[in-house]
Formats: sequence, C-alpha cells, structure tokens
Amino acid sequence: MKIQKAASAGTMESSDIMITILPSQEEKIEIDLNSNVQKQFGRQICSVIKEELKQAGITAATVRAVDKGALDCTIRARMDAAIARACGEEN
Amino acid sequence: MDEYLLRTMMFVPGNNPGMIRDAGIYGSDAVMFDLEDSVAVDQKDAARFLVREALATLEYDVPLLVVRINDPRTAWGKADLEAIVPLGRAAIRLPKTETAEDVRYCAQIIEEIEKASGLAAGTTKMMAAVESAEGVLNAREIACASPRLMGIALGAEDYVTNLKTTRSPEGTELMFGRSMILHAARAAGIAAIDTVYSDVDNEEGLRAETELIHQLGFDGKSVINPRQISVIHEVFTPSEKEVQKALAVMDAIREANAKGSGVISLNGKMIDKPVVERAKRALRLAAAMGTYPEEELG
Repeated sequence: MKIQKAASAGTMESSDIMITILPSQEEKIEIDLNSNVQKQFGRQICSVIKEELKQAGITAATVRAVDKGALDCTIRARMDAAIARACGEEN
Repeated sequence: MDEYLLRTMMFVPGNNPGMIRDAGIYGSDAVMFDLEDSVAVDQKDAARFLVREALATLEYDVPLLVVRINDPRTAWGKADLEAIVPLGRAAIRLPKTETAEDVRYCAQIIEEIEKASGLAAGTTKMMAAVESAEGVLNAREIACASPRLMGIALGAEDYVTNLKTTRSPEGTELMFGRSMILHAARAAGIAAIDTVYSDVDNEEGLRAETELIHQLGFDGKSVINPRQISVIHEVFTPSEKEVQKALAVMDAIREANAKGSGVISLNGKMIDKPVVERAKRALRLAAAMGTYPEEELG
C-alpha cells in the first residue's frame, strides 16, 4: 500500500498511543517516538510499528508516535487504523 | 440454556484501550466490547481494530466475551463482523433488533464468514438487543430466530424514547417490555438480560431495580460501571436458607438414586423436576459467589 495523505489514529489518553503517518519523498521509514517509557520499551514500540508497516507493504513513510503506555496490541490497532486512513481506506 | 451465568454483562467502550485492557479484572460474568453507540462515527474503524487486536491478543478471565456491532446492514456493521467473527472468540450482540429477519440476516453473514475462515458452523453465538416497541412486540419470534441466539436483552434508553416516555425509578414503563422479553427468552430456552442502570452513583436505586428484575426471572443485567457488579451479584446470591434447602434437595436425590428409587421425597414431600432445577440453580449462583464449593455441585 502507498501512503496517500497524512493521517492519525489514537488519543493522548493513558494506555493509548497517538500515531501520525506522513507520506515520505524518500524510500525509507522514519520513526519519531515520544514515550514516557522510552528507555525501557522504546525499541519494542518501534519494532511493532515497523512490523505493521512491513505487513502493509509500506516502504516509504514518516511515523510520529506519542505513547502513553500502550500495550503492543493497542500499538498494532492504532497503526492499522492510521495506515488504513493514510491509504484512503477509512471506516 | 444454562451454559453461562449471566448476572452481569459489563459494557466497555470499544475505542478506550485502558478500559479494554482492564475489562477482565472486575469479576463480571460477561464483558461486552461496544462498537456501536459508545463509539464516535469518525472512530468506528479505530475501535474495530482495537477490539479485534485485544481479542486476538489479551487473555480475559471472563466466561463470556461479547462484541456489540453496528447495524449489519451498514458497511460498519459488515466490517465489524468481518473483523470479529474469524477470531472465534466472542459472541455477537445485534443492536436494535426489530424482527426475526434482522437476526437471520446477521446470522447468514456470520455463517458465510465462519465458512470463509474455516470455523465450524455455529461457532459464533448471538445475542439480540431489543430497543423499540416493534422489537418488544416481536420478541418471541426474535428469540426463536436462530440457533445461534443465546440471549435476548432489553435496551431501555432507546425503548422508552420510542414509547414517548422516560425511565422512572419504579420502572413502571418497562413492565410490559421486560415481561415480553423474559417470556420470549424462557419460551426459546435462552437467557434474558435486563437493561443498564444509568445512575452509577445511586447504589440503592440499582439494588431496587436488580431485586425487581431478579424477582421477574431475568438472568442478569447489563452494567456500565464496574462498581455496579458486586451489588447485582449480591442480589442474585441465594440466602443461606435457600442454599440449605437446595443442599437438602440434592441429598434427597442422591439418597433416592442410591436406593434405586425413582421417587424423590424430602420431609415427606415429593420433589419434582422444577424443585430440582431451582435447587441446582441456587447452588450454582451460590458457588459463583464463593459461598458454596462448586466441586460439590455434582
């Protein structure tokens, strides 16, 4: 899938993660993560984000993530929603 | 059907990760993840993904998981079914059911998804929520519409609006609807679930309403706040006297069986099937509250 437009999913509430996906001119994945558990789980969160992009076949995108203590399943769900919206498949 | 105890079914908004994560810790008999009225129209997709991922990943120590979908005749409802049914983990609650055809329509889509997902036909159970005068009048046909149906529930907020009235503390306006749903459920052999009690700070009101629906014969009640669970479970717990009576009935059955006697009597009175059924149910409810050891249920 190709990112058509910038799109977000999630909230800034506790246990959630706000994901914003932006189209990228370059053929690369860039992740900008802000989390209060960055030291302990930053690498794990980024790896879930990358895995979801890979599964969707996305090779060019910038992802901004503001994490509020989300579980992996929440990160996956917010990524799936953001990807669908960014690719024009919302709802 | 008596497979599940359904004293409490807790509503969990489908787009709230914190509440979804914690849904299993409060001790309700069922948890219902909502994709319908508690989800904003521009978040339907996000909630669907969230509930799907939670059901696919998280362990819930809850006997029954349910997902309330959007109207299956809409794109949202169809997408909800396509996301949830293949997991084979949750019953589907159909909102605003008005006719038996509504149930059959949804059951047909579920059947197709089960087939495409390699699930055994009939894996997915259904509950029908009745929320209008039309639905109440058709309750009997609705309750019998599909072998997937395990329960029928009253959704009172929409129902009283449809009746052009409001909810009162006494619930006078709900008497007919409750009675219809209860009778429909019993005739079909499925569970009857009462509506939510919306005033979460009014424990006495909740207790009074639960006592009423317990006396009517309902299996339980929908819950919108974890604080309501213990009050409802208390009302549904048999008294010590009822437990002792039930135990005496079970002893009498064992004694009669040991003697090879087909006639069971207790204190000179014959014990017939309804008495045995009530005794078993009382012990099951007592066991659920931990006041009677489940392993002795036999």
